[in-house]
Amino acid sequence: MTQYTGRPLNRVDGVDKVTGKANYAAEFDVQGLLYGYIVNSTITKGKIRQIHTDDARRVEGIVSIFTHENRPKLAWFDLSYKDQDAPPGSPFRPLRDAQIQFNGQPIALVVAETFELARYAATLIRVDYEQETHQTDLQANRHKARKPAVGMATLFKPPPPDPRGNFEEAFRNAPVQVASEYVHGSEHHNPMELFASTVVYEKGRYKSGERYTIYDKTQGVTNSILYVSQVFNIPFKDIRVISPYVGGGFGSALRPQHQLFLAVLAARELKRSVRVTLTRQQMFTLGYRPATVQTVALGASSDGTMTAMYHDGVAVTSQFEDYTEVVTTWGGLLYPAEHVKFDQKIISLDVATPMDMRAPGGVTGVTALECAVDELAYKLGMDPLELRLRNYTERNMNNDLTYSSKELRECFRRGAERFGWAKRNPEPRSMRKEHTLVGWGMATGIWDAFHAPARAEAVLMVNGKLRVSSATADIGTGTYTIMTQIAADTLGIPMEDVLFKLGDTDLPVAPIAGGSWTAATVGSAVKAACEAVGEKLFKLARKLPNSPFAKVRFSDVLFAEKAIRLKKDPAIAIPLQTLIDANGGAAVRAISTSVPNLLKQRKYARNTHSAVFVEVEVDEDFGTVRVTRAVTSVAAGRILNPKTARSQIIGGMVWGISKALEEESVMDHQFGRIMNHSLAEYHVPVNADIHELDVIFVEEHDDIVNPLGVKGVGEIGIVGMPAAIANAVFHATGIRVRTLPITLDKLLTAATTEVSTS
Amino acid sequence: MNLTLGTLLPTNESPSLPAIQTATRQPVTLTVNGVKTELQLAPWTSLLDALREYMHLTGTKKGCDHGQCGACTVLVNNKRINACLTLAIMQEDTQITTIEGLSSLDQTSSSSKLHPLQRAFIDHDAFQCGYCTPGQICSAVGLLNEGHAKTADDVRELMSGNICRCGAYPGIVAAITSVMDSQPTTV
Amino acid sequence: MNSFTYARASGITQAVVERSAKTDAAFIAGGTNLLDLMKENVARPTHLIDINHLPLTTITSIESGGLRLGALVTNADTAYHQQVTQRYPLLSQAILAGASAQLRNMATDGGNLMQRTRCYYFYDTATPCNKREPGSGCSAITGFNRIHAILGTYAQDQQVYCIATHPSDMCVALAALEAVVRVTGPDGDRTIPLAEFHRLPGDTPHLDNVLQDGELITAIDLPADGFPDHYAYLKLRDRSSYAFALVSVAAALDIQDGQIKDARIALGGVAHRPWRRPDLEATLTEKAPNKTVFQYVADAMLEGAQGFGHNTFKIELAKRAIVRALLQATNRPSAV
Repeated sequence: MTQYTGRPLNRVDGVDKVTGKANYAAEFDVQGLLYGYIVNSTITKGKIRQIHTDDARRVEGIVSIFTHENRPKLAWFDLSYKDQDAPPGSPFRPLRDAQIQFNGQPIALVVAETFELARYAATLIRVDYEQETHQTDLQANRHKARKPAVGMATLFKPPPPDPRGNFEEAFRNAPVQVASEYVHGSEHHNPMELFASTVVYEKGRYKSGERYTIYDKTQGVTNSILYVSQVFNIPFKDIRVISPYVGGGFGSALRPQHQLFLAVLAARELKRSVRVTLTRQQMFTLGYRPATVQTVALGASSDGTMTAMYHDGVAVTSQFEDYTEVVTTWGGLLYPAEHVKFDQKIISLDVATPMDMRAPGGVTGVTALECAVDELAYKLGMDPLELRLRNYTERNMNNDLTYSSKELRECFRRGAERFGWAKRNPEPRSMRKEHTLVGWGMATGIWDAFHAPARAEAVLMVNGKLRVSSATADIGTGTYTIMTQIAADTLGIPMEDVLFKLGDTDLPVAPIAGGSWTAATVGSAVKAACEAVGEKLFKLARKLPNSPFAKVRFSDVLFAEKAIRLKKDPAIAIPLQTLIDANGGAAVRAISTSVPNLLKQRKYARNTHSAVFVEVEVDEDFGTVRVTRAVTSVAAGRILNPKTARSQIIGGMVWGISKALEEESVMDHQFGRIMNHSLAEYHVPVNADIHELDVIFVEEHDDIVNPLGVKGVGEIGIVGMPAAIANAVFHATGIRVRTLPITLDKLLTAATTEVSTS
Repeated sequence: MNLTLGTLLPTNESPSLPAIQTATRQPVTLTVNGVKTELQLAPWTSLLDALREYMHLTGTKKGCDHGQCGACTVLVNNKRINACLTLAIMQEDTQITTIEGLSSLDQTSSSSKLHPLQRAFIDHDAFQCGYCTPGQICSAVGLLNEGHAKTADDVRELMSGNICRCGAYPGIVAAITSVMDSQPTTV
Repeated sequence: MNSFTYARASGITQAVVERSAKTDAAFIAGGTNLLDLMKENVARPTHLIDINHLPLTTITSIESGGLRLGALVTNADTAYHQQVTQRYPLLSQAILAGASAQLRNMATDGGNLMQRTRCYYFYDTATPCNKREPGSGCSAITGFNRIHAILGTYAQDQQVYCIATHPSDMCVALAALEAVVRVTGPDGDRTIPLAEFHRLPGDTPHLDNVLQDGELITAIDLPADGFPDHYAYLKLRDRSSYAFALVSVAAALDIQDGQIKDARIALGGVAHRPWRRPDLEATLTEKAPNKTVFQYVADAMLEGAQGFGHNTFKIELAKRAIVRALLQATNRPSAV
């Protein structure tokens, strides 16, 4: 079944996207649509004493203004507000009461006949606050670090394991030691599409009932419908959430956001269709990758064998939810040190709850770990690649399980070869072109290969076309395309005759699209549904008069070129169209649920791996850093579509460049407010920042992870990149910058004050 | 409008002060993709909002509304601009081209009639989520019209007004240079 | 954004009369900064006068031997104009270092002079800002001031009221070239040397420049000498493109027989206006161009500079940038 899978095919949604026909959440035209504009708090902690909406209400064309004072009664219990990605705690409820819990908290919704009117009236709202002292600074509150609560979310993000051996003693006795602190700022996902929900309100279609069709920016329509149904007490049958295209997610749309709540609230109260779109500035009031401080200590014998490993991490969370950025576990997955100790803590501050952001925990933790490994390599006088090979593990030491597959060694080999690593002079500052110092660095990346349950439907229609569907999302990852490939191959139908539908709660349920699990999860369900259709077709084939299939088993047939065929003689075939005719001219339909084979999976550790090699150029005088070329070699099971998979890895590498060199949400703790809340001042890479990026896929055969043997490629591209860049910057300059992003001022200050250590 | 105002406002807050009138809508004629359309717009409507909310040409995207991302790039008199930073009423005498006007195809025809840049973006997988894509493509058309880009590095610099958060830049540069190479003169 | 009325200006005089009649009116040309600020509710004009159709859209030679840039010529058309690229390549380079191709296609030369600061606090109406709301205080002094000014921040009373910087790249080159701004207003026409056009904040930081109410920029005159042989515009920023300058330097040298005859150095990103020190530039004349003399000038130009914490690095960065820019200008092969 490999006519399509494994081939670098163009996206099936490409034409829609390049012609502007792809519609995103704010782009569905509705008669009589009202526009909502959100008003945000300008303080960080305290209470609204009074909210003056009189002037705003006087604006002609304003329909209503919702605040905590006039909002309708809603679900009482926290549980109703818990979405599928909610961490332990009490989810934030917009307009709940007068309390202000973080700066930028939505406090009112202005609803008007036009967007411009709502935006204008919002400027006329004045608020009297009773301010309280806030705490937003991680460094100033480190003494408040505590263990996080555990809950449902802990399932996919287990806390670090208990210590093994005796780290303190082993570290003390280790002839070579490194111990460093790493500081990362917070980051906002900033997908290009602004968060938006268009709620279409219809009345009377079903008896006296009301119907809500919601176009939402979400990484999971199921998550949105559950939230809306529970919070507003609207039956499932009266809600449909649709999200055919998502303009980037990166984790930000894993949880229902304010605009969904507010748009539904307004539509329900006003009995009108309502759209609420956030501004770019307001996108900085949503969840984010939290700021962290980590300490990594490594001890090794003089031959480079790692004996002791310590990793602790403190991450920010809000006062009301224990979001935990699990950064400290990765060392146990990558290196076989005998004596290890991990510690994971959080600090509650007066901020919004952080959220999963591309490789949550992973990229942050691995960056610190892999920088520390580089530091250890320099202390040992050993090549960083050699050190990693010396400490290669075939087992995940945290759960003591063998990897279902792990071609990291081959990733190292091929990546190093492509990059030319062997020619590296290990001496820092040894490569120079005039003012420019050149540096080469490397790092390892690792991410989970998750697999979750999902449902999919396949329908071989009377016209011979195949319609396959699942309520998953394509956030740019290529879901549409790879599912079409899987379906086409499973039933031997040309891709152009296969239509894959997603992002609609009328379709079979699928989990939120995150954690790089969609290819495995939904792919397995699609394959199962198509196979179920195949079995039905097989039964039809057997019943045909003089059927060549009468005496064979299902395992003896294959589907190719629109026909069912005998495996041992594919020329013996019955066209699918004949089988549809035999079905009384009716479509052949099957819904399947794919459930992970836990008995099989739990005996193994399941992860993707990568080896990253980076070249940087640093202007010696100015401290400006450019990533001139990078090679990432990835072992992620089977690659369904090397073209879209490559784009995902490249995208991850660009994110890595961004995290290492540019990105940071900077808060002014005087106000508890993020000040660079715009795309002019919150820097992400532009085209001119990105040079030669190379991707190598090292295929793995893995029949344990899932029936397709895929591991997912959404996160692995970012994981090793920042560390490789930071290590390359050290190689170029001799300066170890342990606070990301490595902006020019940090290098300049380190160089001029000569505080650098190595 | 006034009808809903009266019925929906809570009675205890009904304004005793006079209503605030905002600038009235007036006829504004825009020529978009060769078609003249008369709209009723208040002066504060940006070209971007006019296209998206009043003409339902949603191919032009809103990514920041402040000229900081390039998602709203359209061509005005064949020059690329940010549609979010101009008022619709200022563009009455201009020729506006949006992503919808680049391919000469109607709703049903095949992809073979795509603009060469649209084709190249698909072939080079120059996008992922697709949200910045119409702006990238319109910007690239403008870039080719301008004729200042000679090398891939020129393309990188002169396409830097279009942010792609998915990080599809290598594909974008490959797509544009492939069209530059095949069509050295203006497109 | 508040509500406003809109009218197209039919002539220069009519535009000035209309503008003078309404205190809350504003001219709109490219709109790239004004509409941005209106959406942030920072600028709140009640009437916009669209001047795009005024006859100020050409670049012409003038008697002095220089070049006159009509106020409504776009930044892109200026940067790529043959006369500009050949005779004033410094200006061309500076313009192309700023913004994006799209913005340069919209923004006008006159509008570029009118750009307002990118200070985070000025842009955010939730925070105090003396420039936006005189008397409310400056949040940046004790806040996140990485992009802020290090020079010219003190008022006469030795207090600091505002540490905003002027964000333009183009103006830095214009300052180095000693351009002259032509304006017309209710009281007639006048010319303002670019160096005097933008103000230091003093205790009235809400005033960016010396334009009187109702005055309209009509043109920018470039003097005959554009330093086409030895020039450099060096811009240091947080990413390779589409970012405002942390520090920028426009350097122009006239070098004859191995000696500097004339030198111009203007700094961007460090003060409320493009920063020049003609007295220090003069110390370079009759000197052979080399790193030592450049380093001396660089150090002298930053004497008295004061950082506010996050932006203190700019002092050293600016010194290094000056030296590099002057070296680049020296070594730039003449006649491209």
